[in-house]
Amino acid sequence: MSQIAEHIKPCYPLFMEPEYRDVLSRKATECEEKPTQETLEEKFLWTTSQEYKDLNFQREALTINPAKACQPLGSLLCSLGFKGSLPYIHGSQGCVAYFRTYFNRHFKEPIACVSDSMTEDAAVFGGHKNMHAGLQNANSLYKPEMISVSTTCMAEVIGDDLNAFINNAKKDGMIPNDLPTPFAHTPSFVGSHVTGYDSMMEGTLRYFTLNDMAGKAVGSNGKVNIITGFETYLGNFRVLGRMMREMGVDYTLLSDPSEILDTPADGKYRMYAGGTSIEEVKDAPNAIDTLLLQPFGLTKTKKFVEETWSHPCTRLNPPMGLAWTDEFLMRVSELTGKGIPESLELERGRLVDMMGDSHAWLHGKTFSLYGDPDFVEGMCHFLLELGAEPKHVLSHNANKRWGKRLAKALEENPYGRQAQVFVDKDLWHLRSLLFTDKPDFLIGNSYGKFIQRDTFHKGPKHEVPLIRIGFPIFDRHHLHRSTTLGYEGAMTIVTTLVNAVMEKLDRDTIQYGVTDYNYDLVR
Amino acid sequence: MALRQCAIYGKGGIGKSTTTQNLVAGLAEAGNKIMIVGCDPKADSTRLILHAKAQDTIMSLAADAGSVEDLELEDVLKAGYAGIKCVESGGPEPGVGCAGRGVITAINFLEEEGAYEEDLDFVFYDVLGDVVCGGFAMPIRQNKAQEIYIVVSGEMMAMYAANNICKGIVKYANSGSVRLAGLICNSRNTDREDELISALAAKLGSQMIHFIPRDNVVQRAEIRRMTVIEYDPAAKQADEYRNLAQKIIHNKNLVVPTPLTMDELEELMMEFGMLDEEDESIIGKTAAEERKVIQIAAAAGA
Repeated sequence: MSQIAEHIKPCYPLFMEPEYRDVLSRKATECEEKPTQETLEEKFLWTTSQEYKDLNFQREALTINPAKACQPLGSLLCSLGFKGSLPYIHGSQGCVAYFRTYFNRHFKEPIACVSDSMTEDAAVFGGHKNMHAGLQNANSLYKPEMISVSTTCMAEVIGDDLNAFINNAKKDGMIPNDLPTPFAHTPSFVGSHVTGYDSMMEGTLRYFTLNDMAGKAVGSNGKVNIITGFETYLGNFRVLGRMMREMGVDYTLLSDPSEILDTPADGKYRMYAGGTSIEEVKDAPNAIDTLLLQPFGLTKTKKFVEETWSHPCTRLNPPMGLAWTDEFLMRVSELTGKGIPESLELERGRLVDMMGDSHAWLHGKTFSLYGDPDFVEGMCHFLLELGAEPKHVLSHNANKRWGKRLAKALEENPYGRQAQVFVDKDLWHLRSLLFTDKPDFLIGNSYGKFIQRDTFHKGPKHEVPLIRIGFPIFDRHHLHRSTTLGYEGAMTIVTTLVNAVMEKLDRDTIQYGVTDYNYDLVR
Repeated sequence: MALRQCAIYGKGGIGKSTTTQNLVAGLAEAGNKIMIVGCDPKADSTRLILHAKAQDTIMSLAADAGSVEDLELEDVLKAGYAGIKCVESGGPEPGVGCAGRGVITAINFLEEEGAYEEDLDFVFYDVLGDVVCGGFAMPIRQNKAQEIYIVVSGEMMAMYAANNICKGIVKYANSGSVRLAGLICNSRNTDREDELISALAAKLGSQMIHFIPRDNVVQRAEIRRMTVIEYDPAAKQADEYRNLAQKIIHNKNLVVPTPLTMDELEELMMEFGMLDEEDESIIGKTAAEERKVIQIAAAAGA
């Protein structure tokens, strides 16, 4: 069983070797009471049946393989996008380890975030002491410009009050009075990571502007504010900036983690990098308007910006695909009086050209997709523009109202008519759908790979290949750096989709002398 | 008039809910627009206003509907006597779950649904027993209730609870704008009760805002699920509640309380004869031992 240093075998194929097969099969028979292979196959097939699907959809209380995460994960991402900001999570340590690991695996970057490690006594006496010591330690060890505080379930269930705790800590001299400490209550058992992002964004804007509105005038700085919502494609922050610069529009991205989540390997560790500065946040009410790129995912923020900043905040669709990018740019143009530059018109033309080139391959192909509500909606819209057909549209963390609206929009489009929208359903539901009503492809995050494996196991003709667009993506590298918004993002998506179609065709036609009459050089 | 938010605290069974509803009826009679938020799983904070056994609570409706997000404001907000708006947070059965979280969830829901944006002069929070966990302090978080009234009587445990609640208030008052606005004495007819509560209030740095005498009409009205003001507007007791309402309308005495130590509290009670001077010689002595001492003393005397 020992390995030879010059020739180390990784997990696969190492465990295929006879000695391991033998150990594993003895373990299965002697210790695991493993059912026979026939029984396993029989049960597996049963889980792919219509009968099982009907049972599966009667599930009431149990969630299997959720397609969402919890609030503090979102608040952490939001906090990371502010300059010199140290995310601080009031609650238990394990939760925070989980958030950091989750982002590590997706962004392949270290994630700086602290917790005040509440334990059993804190659950009984309240987390006041933890907050005192935690803020003091975090500040003296990591010298942040600001500490952004959010909470885990534990602190929420016992009802810890962040406002009172943080102010008391300042009063008692644990941290300087003038150290900014925006905060948001983010109970994990309410909403999802999208809600947490929204809460932290609202909390941050509130902290820096609510009592500082004197002398603020809408439009006086000539900028537009852009808030992406829970956004993990770093290219999106960059493309938004590029489009604004090409238009000659001065802008503020409120929360921009594209630096801290993409730091260079030059021998220097950066705990803080880039991000929206406090001055920019304080100046944000002076902008002409605030563009919210996630209408579903930023409802609290929208309310605050409308009520406190008096910004129009007119509803905007997520700028995905052709028409909705047009809409976004034209809104910016209307607001600022700046025209759409030739460079963007050219870029748009290139996208249209690409869509035309690939149309024959995407037309009529069916796609099931899942993810966060605004992403799913934008993706659906772009699929329709491509002549592709959404089949199962699932968002675990959307609500019924969202589902009805999207179902109606799909119904109105000839390519969307066969689409079914599912809200508050998980990936185990989706698995049933993919077995009983097979789409050509599945679009989603890495967790979709297990559905692909299962469909493949039923037989090659049942396989639904996964196209990785979404969050998190743990099993492919660097996709988080790409772009999904704007014309550029649409180009990335169309490239990804059409090549997935061709790869599948190549795999299907690779059989020598059988199917390779269509294994073509030119596609 | 700007919206005033008041929270009523006090020992369990002291008559918080009864006092709150009678007081609110007095305020409403004087033309104020009011919302009562019941923060107690028992959900008995609005029955006298609604003439109901128990109002459907936010938490029970949410449990039926699947989640709080599925509720609308009109499902939970009911109007009763003199247009008083009533809502109950609700919560679990005794022994399970977390009632404090129920209060947090309910108040968050009311805020998100814009319950506070309606035309209101007063919001009253009627909060369960003692401040036992962070959830029950939700009504006094920033931008919520700024005035706290404690219902108390001249009994030892009620005063002990009032003092404890003041300790809770200090934690929030130091960093925020919540203040103790006064003690409401709901009389139990103990000796020198008004003097005692006034003295306690003074030690806490506050006032006894009103002394409500005991009167059976309160119970008679309660059996009919009504406030005294509605049941028998001419009753003397109705005037007591009107009086309290007027005092609250004009109350400017808002303070950060100065809670007493256990020793100070006991001293105060001794002063009023509620507690005897401690006799160190009897501590730890069983009845048998005491009898023996008495026998020896008797023998010596004989």
